[in-house]
Amino acid sequence: MNGVHDMGGMQGFGPIQYEKDEPVFHERWEALTLAMNIAMRRWDKWNIDTSRYAIERIPPAEYLRMSYYEKWHVRLVELLVQSGMISRAEVESGHRSAGPLHATPPLTAAMVPAITTNWSVAAARDVASPPRFQVGQRVRARNVHPIGHTRLPRYARGKAGVVHRNHGGFVFPDTNAHGLGENPQHLYSVRFSAGELWGAQASERDAVYIDLWDDHLEPA
Amino acid sequence: MTSAHHEHEHDHAHQAVPSDLALRVKALESLLVEKGLVDPAALDALIDAYQHKVGPRNGARVVARAWADPAFKQRLLADGTAAVAELGFGNYQGEYLQVVENTPQVHNLIVCTLCSCYPWPLLGLPPVWYKSAAYRSRAVIDPRGVLREFGTTLADEVEVHVWDSTAEVRYLVLPERPPGAETLGEEELAALVTRDAMVGVAKVALPAGGPA
Repeated sequence: MNGVHDMGGMQGFGPIQYEKDEPVFHERWEALTLAMNIAMRRWDKWNIDTSRYAIERIPPAEYLRMSYYEKWHVRLVELLVQSGMISRAEVESGHRSAGPLHATPPLTAAMVPAITTNWSVAAARDVASPPRFQVGQRVRARNVHPIGHTRLPRYARGKAGVVHRNHGGFVFPDTNAHGLGENPQHLYSVRFSAGELWGAQASERDAVYIDLWDDHLEPA
Repeated sequence: MTSAHHEHEHDHAHQAVPSDLALRVKALESLLVEKGLVDPAALDALIDAYQHKVGPRNGARVVARAWADPAFKQRLLADGTAAVAELGFGNYQGEYLQVVENTPQVHNLIVCTLCSCYPWPLLGLPPVWYKSAAYRSRAVIDPRGVLREFGTTLADEVEVHVWDSTAEVRYLVLPERPPGAETLGEEELAALVTRDAMVGVAKVALPAGGPA
């Protein structure tokens, strides 16, 4: 989706606002929002890609207005309602309206140290087919504009680069976000020269490395 | 923090937060607890972990080890995931780690233009500026301008490599060890390493007056 979240190369957002000695959370609700997002993911009703796509579907003006954790709150409510874990009416009232539910939360406090030391969303997969591209090969990012979720940023589309590294097989987010399967394929770090991406205004020495999957690339 | 940076520094500009947002979040928490979907003690434990246990001191230990131990540095650059696991790091939002090395010829900078991907186990949760539209939009098209705002000016002949975290691979910059730090031990070295240096917006400097 050519959404406002795909920000690479946009202009006009001004200087970077740096806060010295920034706290991890500015408000208690931010901390709660982060924790609820992590805890509710443990129900396994959605995956990391569905979850990113839920943020990308926030309307552009709202996306830009909202703070980071406000987006996380909106995303969590959407995913909970979509997955049938809560209803809109319950969100409005703040109270449970459906029948009895004997849920056992999958995440307990005792498991938290393991989450922050061992738990993994592990997206690497064995891929039987050989890589379509080799390190050192010139490739072109496809000029495609899918309506749904994609990890191919707009600023790279149609641009030529060189395969820098093969990361191995990984879940393909562009299908996984839509319940269309993990479709695992080779993931590459591709080097694009700054000149190729941005023209003569860029330093000829600079480069941007982007992680792209087989289906994002074609031979150049 | 350099003086050039101070000029750009101001209080964290909160985007307009609807006054009832804190209440909405609290209401959602109550609802999820009432439905038995979430354990409030688990939420507290998560908050405590990210507030107090997981942060840039982890990454600084990795960097200091790499500076002090050339064999570890080699392993770190070849397979970051396995090398940081030796120190007990590598988990949620950091399962696949690639460490990129700054040298006199190359300066690396990390960004996530599409969202906010960041190596949590080594740096903790990302700061607001890293997630901001200004940083995400400009890091790829104007990295040298971004670096200047952070007080980091690079010679024209230095190559800038920007790493856009578009997959589940997470990036960490191995900064250059500052000249004069050769005699320092690992703990002293770690104390010099900042979050900003490991994202690549700053360099590591010795405190004014040189090493203690």
